[in-house]
Amino acid sequence: MEQAFFLLFAIVAVVSAGWVVIAKNPIHSAVALMACFVQIAAIYVLLRSPFLAVVQVFVYVGAIMVLFVFVFMMLEIRQATLERFLPDRGWLSTLIPLLLGFILLGAIFSSPLISNMTPPVEPPSGSVRELGILMFTQYLLPFEVVSIVLLVALVGAIYLARKDDI
Amino acid sequence: MVPLSWYISLSAILFIIGLCGALCRRNVLIVLMCLELMLSAVNINLVAFSYFLGNLGGQIFAIFVITITAAEVAVALAIVIALMRHKATLKIDELRIMKG
Repeated sequence: MEQAFFLLFAIVAVVSAGWVVIAKNPIHSAVALMACFVQIAAIYVLLRSPFLAVVQVFVYVGAIMVLFVFVFMMLEIRQATLERFLPDRGWLSTLIPLLLGFILLGAIFSSPLISNMTPPVEPPSGSVRELGILMFTQYLLPFEVVSIVLLVALVGAIYLARKDDI
Repeated sequence: MVPLSWYISLSAILFIIGLCGALCRRNVLIVLMCLELMLSAVNINLVAFSYFLGNLGGQIFAIFVITITAAEVAVALAIVIALMRHKATLKIDELRIMKG
Protein backbone atom coordinates (compact mmCIF):
# COMPACT_ATOMS: atom_id res chain seq x y z
CA MET A 1 0.00 0.00 0.00
CA GLU A 2 2.72 2.43 1.05
CA GLN A 3 4.78 1.40 -1.95
CA ALA A 4 1.88 2.12 -4.28
CA PHE A 5 1.49 5.60 -2.82
CA PHE A 6 5.24 6.18 -3.07
CA LEU A 7 5.25 5.16 -6.72
CA LEU A 8 2.28 7.40 -7.46
CA PHE A 9 3.92 10.44 -5.83
CA ALA A 10 7.33 9.67 -7.32
CA ILE A 11 6.04 9.27 -10.87
CA VAL A 12 4.03 12.48 -10.72
CA ALA A 13 7.03 14.29 -9.21
CA VAL A 14 9.42 13.09 -11.92
CA VAL A 15 6.97 13.87 -14.73
CA SER A 16 6.29 17.37 -13.46
CA ALA A 17 10.02 17.95 -12.91
CA GLY A 18 10.62 17.00 -16.52
CA TRP A 19 7.86 19.39 -17.54
CA VAL A 20 9.66 22.19 -15.66
CA VAL A 21 12.69 21.64 -17.89
CA ILE A 22 10.83 21.06 -21.18
CA ALA A 23 8.05 23.68 -21.05
CA LYS A 24 8.56 26.63 -23.35
CA ASN A 25 6.47 29.10 -21.37
CA PRO A 26 8.02 30.00 -17.98
CA ILE A 27 4.56 30.19 -16.40
CA HIS A 28 3.96 26.54 -17.32
CA SER A 29 7.31 25.72 -15.76
CA ALA A 30 6.28 27.47 -12.56
CA VAL A 31 3.00 25.55 -12.34
CA ALA A 32 4.79 22.25 -12.99
CA LEU A 33 7.34 23.10 -10.30
CA MET A 34 4.49 23.76 -7.87
CA ALA A 35 3.01 20.32 -8.63
CA CYS A 36 6.43 18.77 -8.08
CA PHE A 37 6.80 20.48 -4.68
CA VAL A 38 3.38 19.25 -3.56
CA GLN A 39 4.41 15.69 -4.45
CA ILE A 40 7.63 16.12 -2.49
CA ALA A 41 5.57 17.27 0.50
CA ALA A 42 3.53 14.08 0.18
CA ILE A 43 6.75 12.08 0.21
CA TYR A 44 7.75 13.83 3.44
CA VAL A 45 4.46 12.59 4.92
CA LEU A 46 5.42 9.05 3.87
CA LEU A 47 8.73 9.61 5.68
CA ARG A 48 6.82 10.44 8.91
CA SER A 49 7.80 14.10 8.98
CA PRO A 50 4.48 15.97 8.76
CA PHE A 51 5.88 19.26 10.06
CA LEU A 52 8.39 19.40 7.23
CA ALA A 53 5.62 18.65 4.71
CA VAL A 54 3.65 21.62 6.01
CA VAL A 55 6.75 23.84 5.89
CA GLN A 56 7.43 22.68 2.33
CA VAL A 57 3.92 23.63 1.20
CA PHE A 58 4.00 26.96 3.04
CA VAL A 59 7.44 28.10 1.97
CA TYR A 60 7.84 26.63 -1.52
CA VAL A 61 4.31 26.58 -2.84
CA GLY A 62 3.11 29.55 -0.84
CA ALA A 63 6.02 31.98 -0.80
CA ILE A 64 8.62 31.06 -3.41
CA MET A 65 6.20 30.31 -6.23
CA VAL A 66 4.25 33.50 -5.59
CA LEU A 67 7.56 35.37 -5.76
CA PHE A 68 8.43 33.71 -9.08
CA VAL A 69 5.04 34.37 -10.64
CA PHE A 70 5.14 37.96 -9.39
CA VAL A 71 8.50 38.50 -11.06
CA PHE A 72 7.20 36.90 -14.27
CA MET A 73 4.39 39.40 -14.29
CA MET A 74 6.76 42.31 -13.60
CA LEU A 75 9.16 41.38 -16.36
CA GLU A 76 8.53 41.04 -20.05
CA ILE A 77 8.72 37.28 -20.61
CA ARG A 78 7.52 37.06 -24.19
CA GLN A 79 11.02 37.33 -25.60
CA ALA A 80 12.12 34.59 -23.21
CA THR A 81 9.63 32.12 -24.68
CA LEU A 82 11.29 32.47 -28.08
CA GLU A 83 14.60 31.06 -26.92
CA ARG A 84 16.21 28.20 -28.76
CA PHE A 85 15.86 25.11 -26.59
CA LEU A 86 19.30 23.61 -26.96
CA PRO A 87 22.33 25.88 -27.30
CA ASP A 88 25.52 24.96 -29.16
CA ARG A 89 26.97 22.82 -26.41
CA GLY A 90 23.57 21.21 -25.77
CA TRP A 91 24.59 17.61 -26.25
CA LEU A 92 27.40 17.96 -23.72
CA SER A 93 25.23 19.57 -21.09
CA THR A 94 22.71 16.71 -21.25
CA LEU A 95 25.25 13.93 -21.60
CA ILE A 96 27.25 14.80 -18.49
CA PRO A 97 24.23 14.90 -16.11
CA LEU A 98 22.94 11.62 -17.58
CA LEU A 99 26.34 10.03 -17.01
CA LEU A 100 26.34 11.35 -13.45
CA GLY A 101 22.82 9.95 -12.99
CA PHE A 102 23.85 6.45 -14.10
CA ILE A 103 26.82 6.54 -11.74
CA LEU A 104 24.59 7.70 -8.84
CA LEU A 105 21.89 5.07 -9.45
CA GLY A 106 24.48 2.34 -9.86
CA ALA A 107 26.13 3.33 -6.61
CA ILE A 108 22.78 3.47 -4.79
CA PHE A 109 21.60 0.04 -5.90
CA SER A 110 24.94 -1.71 -5.43
CA SER A 111 25.60 -0.36 -1.95
CA PRO A 112 24.95 -3.02 0.74
CA LEU A 113 24.74 -0.30 3.42
CA ILE A 114 21.73 1.35 1.80
CA SER A 115 19.88 -1.82 0.79
CA ASN A 116 20.20 -3.33 4.27
CA MET A 117 18.98 -0.27 6.15
CA THR A 118 15.56 -0.53 7.80
CA PRO A 119 13.77 2.13 9.83
CA PRO A 120 13.96 1.73 13.62
CA VAL A 121 11.10 -0.09 15.30
CA GLU A 122 10.12 2.97 17.28
CA PRO A 123 11.11 6.00 15.23
CA PRO A 124 11.07 9.42 16.90
CA SER A 125 7.63 10.90 16.44
CA GLY A 126 8.85 13.96 14.55
CA SER A 127 6.25 16.11 16.26
CA VAL A 128 6.61 19.87 16.41
CA ARG A 129 7.39 19.58 20.13
CA GLU A 130 10.34 17.25 19.61
CA LEU A 131 11.68 19.26 16.66
CA GLY A 132 11.37 22.50 18.61
CA ILE A 133 13.18 21.15 21.63
CA LEU A 134 15.99 19.87 19.42
CA MET A 135 16.20 23.09 17.43
CA PHE A 136 16.40 25.34 20.48
CA THR A 137 18.90 23.23 22.43
CA GLN A 138 21.32 21.32 20.26
CA TYR A 139 20.94 23.39 17.08
CA LEU A 140 20.60 26.83 18.66
CA LEU A 141 23.72 28.31 17.01
CA PRO A 142 22.75 27.29 13.44
CA PHE A 143 19.27 28.65 14.13
CA GLU A 144 20.69 32.05 15.07
CA VAL A 145 23.03 32.05 12.07
CA VAL A 146 20.08 31.30 9.78
CA SER A 147 18.12 34.16 11.28
CA ILE A 148 21.02 36.54 10.52
CA VAL A 149 21.20 35.17 6.97
CA LEU A 150 17.48 35.86 6.51
CA LEU A 151 17.91 39.41 7.76
CA VAL A 152 20.85 40.02 5.43
CA ALA A 153 18.89 38.57 2.50
CA LEU A 154 15.96 40.84 3.29
CA VAL A 155 18.14 43.95 3.35
CA GLY A 156 20.09 42.82 0.29
CA ALA A 157 16.98 42.11 -1.77
CA ILE A 158 15.52 45.53 -0.99
CA TYR A 159 18.84 47.21 -1.80
CA LEU A 160 19.31 45.37 -5.10
CA ALA A 161 15.79 45.99 -6.40
CA ARG A 162 15.82 49.75 -5.73
CA LYS A 163 14.57 52.06 -8.43
CA ASP A 164 17.76 54.06 -9.07
CA ASP A 165 21.03 52.79 -10.51
CA ILE A 166 22.55 49.41 -9.60
CA MET B 1 7.47 -0.54 3.71
CA VAL B 2 9.34 1.50 1.11
CA PRO B 3 13.07 0.69 0.99
CA LEU B 4 15.58 3.47 1.47
CA SER B 5 17.07 3.01 -1.98
CA TRP B 6 13.79 4.08 -3.61
CA TYR B 7 13.81 7.39 -1.80
CA ILE B 8 17.44 8.02 -2.68
CA SER B 9 16.86 7.07 -6.31
CA LEU B 10 13.93 9.48 -6.53
CA SER B 11 16.16 12.15 -5.05
CA ALA B 12 18.94 11.35 -7.52
CA ILE B 13 16.55 11.42 -10.50
CA LEU B 14 15.07 14.76 -9.48
CA PHE B 15 18.58 16.15 -8.94
CA ILE B 16 19.68 15.02 -12.40
CA ILE B 17 16.57 16.52 -14.03
CA GLY B 18 17.26 19.81 -12.24
CA LEU B 19 20.91 19.70 -13.29
CA CYS B 20 19.96 19.08 -16.94
CA GLY B 21 17.59 22.03 -16.80
CA ALA B 22 20.11 24.32 -15.15
CA LEU B 23 22.71 23.47 -17.81
CA CYS B 24 20.47 23.39 -20.90
CA ARG B 25 18.00 26.21 -20.51
CA ARG B 26 19.03 29.74 -21.38
CA ASN B 27 16.41 31.63 -19.36
CA VAL B 28 17.63 32.94 -16.00
CA LEU B 29 14.30 32.35 -14.29
CA ILE B 30 14.05 28.73 -15.42
CA VAL B 31 17.64 28.12 -14.32
CA LEU B 32 16.64 29.45 -10.88
CA MET B 33 13.62 27.13 -10.76
CA CYS B 34 15.84 24.18 -11.64
CA LEU B 35 18.13 25.14 -8.76
CA GLU B 36 15.08 24.99 -6.46
CA LEU B 37 14.35 21.53 -7.80
CA MET B 38 17.90 20.38 -7.04
CA LEU B 39 17.72 21.73 -3.48
CA SER B 40 14.41 19.94 -2.92
CA ALA B 41 15.97 16.71 -4.15
CA VAL B 42 18.75 17.09 -1.59
CA ASN B 43 16.11 17.68 1.09
CA ILE B 44 14.45 14.35 0.28
CA ASN B 45 17.81 12.70 0.94
CA LEU B 46 18.19 14.43 4.30
CA VAL B 47 14.70 13.50 5.46
CA ALA B 48 14.98 9.91 4.22
CA PHE B 49 18.18 9.32 6.16
CA SER B 50 16.69 11.11 9.16
CA TYR B 51 13.80 8.63 9.17
CA PHE B 52 15.85 5.51 8.52
CA LEU B 53 18.49 6.36 11.14
CA GLY B 54 15.94 7.49 13.73
CA ASN B 55 17.68 10.83 14.14
CA LEU B 56 15.76 14.10 13.91
CA GLY B 57 18.85 16.15 12.99
CA GLY B 58 18.20 15.54 9.30
CA GLN B 59 14.78 17.15 9.52
CA ILE B 60 16.23 20.16 11.32
CA PHE B 61 18.79 20.59 8.58
CA ALA B 62 16.11 20.21 5.92
CA ILE B 63 14.28 23.12 7.59
CA PHE B 64 17.51 25.15 7.48
CA VAL B 65 17.96 24.31 3.80
CA ILE B 66 14.41 25.48 3.06
CA THR B 67 15.11 28.75 4.91
CA ILE B 68 18.34 29.38 3.03
CA THR B 69 16.56 28.59 -0.23
CA ALA B 70 13.92 31.21 0.49
CA ALA B 71 16.65 33.80 1.17
CA GLU B 72 18.51 32.77 -1.98
CA VAL B 73 15.41 33.11 -4.16
CA ALA B 74 14.65 36.56 -2.75
CA VAL B 75 18.17 37.83 -3.48
CA ALA B 76 18.36 36.12 -6.88
CA LEU B 77 15.05 37.57 -8.06
CA ALA B 78 16.14 41.01 -6.86
CA ILE B 79 19.31 40.58 -8.94
CA VAL B 80 17.19 39.53 -11.95
CA ILE B 81 15.03 42.64 -11.60
CA ALA B 82 18.12 44.86 -11.35
CA LEU B 83 19.60 43.12 -14.42
CA MET B 84 16.42 43.67 -16.40
CA ARG B 85 16.60 47.39 -15.64
CA HIS B 86 20.25 47.44 -16.66
CA LYS B 87 20.47 45.12 -19.68
CA ALA B 88 16.85 44.21 -20.55
CA THR B 89 17.59 40.56 -21.27
CA LEU B 90 16.89 37.25 -19.56
CA LYS B 91 19.25 35.16 -21.68
CA ILE B 92 22.15 33.79 -19.70
CA ASP B 93 24.58 33.97 -22.63
CA GLU B 94 24.13 37.72 -22.91
CA LEU B 95 24.72 38.41 -19.23
CA ARG B 96 28.47 38.65 -19.19
CA ILE B 97 29.24 41.91 -17.44
CA MET B 98 31.34 39.89 -14.99
CA LYS B 99 33.44 38.72 -18.00
CA GLY B 100 32.68 35.09 -17.17
